Amino acid sequence: MRLHIWINGKEYTDEVDAGMPLLEYLRSKGCYSVKRGCETSNCGLCTVWMNETPVLSCSVLALRAMDKRITTLEGLQPQAEEFGAFMAKEGADQCGFCNPGFIMNVLAMEKELQDPSEDEIKEYLAGNLCRCTGYAGHLRAVRAYLGRNKN
Amino acid sequence: MLTIKDYCLAESIQQAYELNRKKQNKILGGGIWLKCCHFPIQTAIDLSGLGLEGITETEEGFEIGAMTSLRQLETHEGLNACTCGAVKEALRHIVGTQFRNCATVGGSLFGRFGFSDVLTLFLGLEAFVELYPTGIIPIGEFAKMQPDDSILTKIFVKKDQGKTAYLSARNTSTDFPLAACCVSWKEGTLTASMGARPAKAAAFSRENVCLEDLEKEEFLEEFARDAAASVNFGSNRRASAEYRNYVTKVLIKRCLGSIKEGDR
Ligand SMILES: Cc1cc2nc3c(=O)[nH]c(=O)nc-3n(C[C@H](O)[C@H](O)[C@H](O)COP(=O)(O)OP(=O)(O)OC[C@H]3O[C@@H](n4cnc5c(N)ncnc54)[C@H](O)[C@@H]3O)c2cc1C
Ligand code: FES
Ligand code: FES
Repeated sequence: MRLHIWINGKEYTDEVDAGMPLLEYLRSKGCYSVKRGCETSNCGLCTVWMNETPVLSCSVLALRAMDKRITTLEGLQPQAEEFGAFMAKEGADQCGFCNPGFIMNVLAMEKELQDPSEDEIKEYLAGNLCRCTGYAGHLRAVRAYLGRNKN
Repeated sequence: MLTIKDYCLAESIQQAYELNRKKQNKILGGGIWLKCCHFPIQTAIDLSGLGLEGITETEEGFEIGAMTSLRQLETHEGLNACTCGAVKEALRHIVGTQFRNCATVGGSLFGRFGFSDVLTLFLGLEAFVELYPTGIIPIGEFAKMQPDDSILTKIFVKKDQGKTAYLSARNTSTDFPLAACCVSWKEGTLTASMGARPAKAAAFSRENVCLEDLEKEEFLEEFARDAAASVNFGSNRRASAEYRNYVTKVLIKRCLGSIKEGDR
């Protein structure tokens, strides 16, 4: 079936299978930051933005993205690098496998919530699982990143 | 893994219904639950072109399209103001933000899942659902029906909600609830909707209750005990029936406490 879509600002038209998840389509276009971490819509690793809204690309059909604008980490390199520096400074990473989905959701949260409290940050990011760390470093990095322009 | 042979972006509700009468075809809400069911789908019937996404506020209440996401509901100021924040409280624990941006209210209610926060909430709010072709029916009636080939198009929530509170308990954050309650006090009637027992949510009501009754510890004990006694609890790997019964009573009493506090 025909799919028309924008990925990181670039327009594509392709024939896709009816059941193809958006995740697989994006990977076929070279967006390898988009990864599968679970089979149950629980881990958040596959997070991308669909018209600026964070969604689970493992659970959305590619055809559901018809005429929509998809953003992956590849399309947000400067922002990802800036936040990544805060993660490194706080020693938040271990294996780093969860990073792409986590960064996509942190950047979505930054756009959506005004000056979020710690509880609001935890709630917004609750759907991003990390199996190595205890999230403490992640949280320090997020707080420092969000507060970077305050002084 | 979702196996879909064909995909149809429905052009009318009538077309969607005709397609849905074939057993191997399925309506596609957010598709998140369907993805976890390992049956092959012949045609996925997408309702997203039918204008069923969004919440309209009218003078009497809220009209919610079946394709509205759980996140849209959770962040709707008007709905939350009318329900004392019960809508947000019911939904905010479901997995994560990205998940709730995908899951739809129609898909969440249509399955009438035994773990559902969403059904527990809307039963507590005494909502109405519009089914095609049946028409508009109270959600309590809908909850008792078996899923069939009808299509859920809209949900209606009245504005005069009285005082409402929602609470759930989970073994761990983002897991399914092991108990969930929505309690409301409206025009002298106290209602407790109890879900995640694990069985379809069911409600218990008592009439002629005044807010002063909520000040009395014996009344709270008695109401929670009678409400819990009116439904069955079951065991699974999340909790035993006994534990669920106990926790449900605690949640009801805490909800009554916040209804009472909200009145002060
Ligand atoms: C890992 C996981 C954790 C979850 N945790 C919770 C939780 O804690 N609390 C909770 O309440 N829920 C929970 N859920 C359920 C979730 O919130 C949604 O209710 C569920 O995903 C269904 O929504 P959907 O839009 O994805 O529906 P779909 O998967 O698209 O559809 C579900 C069913 O309803 C049918 N359907 C969909 N829309 C309609 C319609 N408009 N008319 C008729 N039939 C329709 C479909 O054909 C299908 O049979 C969880 C689900 C998962 C997978
Ligand atoms: S891969 Fe785990 S939520 Fe998408
Ligand atoms: S750092 Fe390894 S999963 Fe998060």
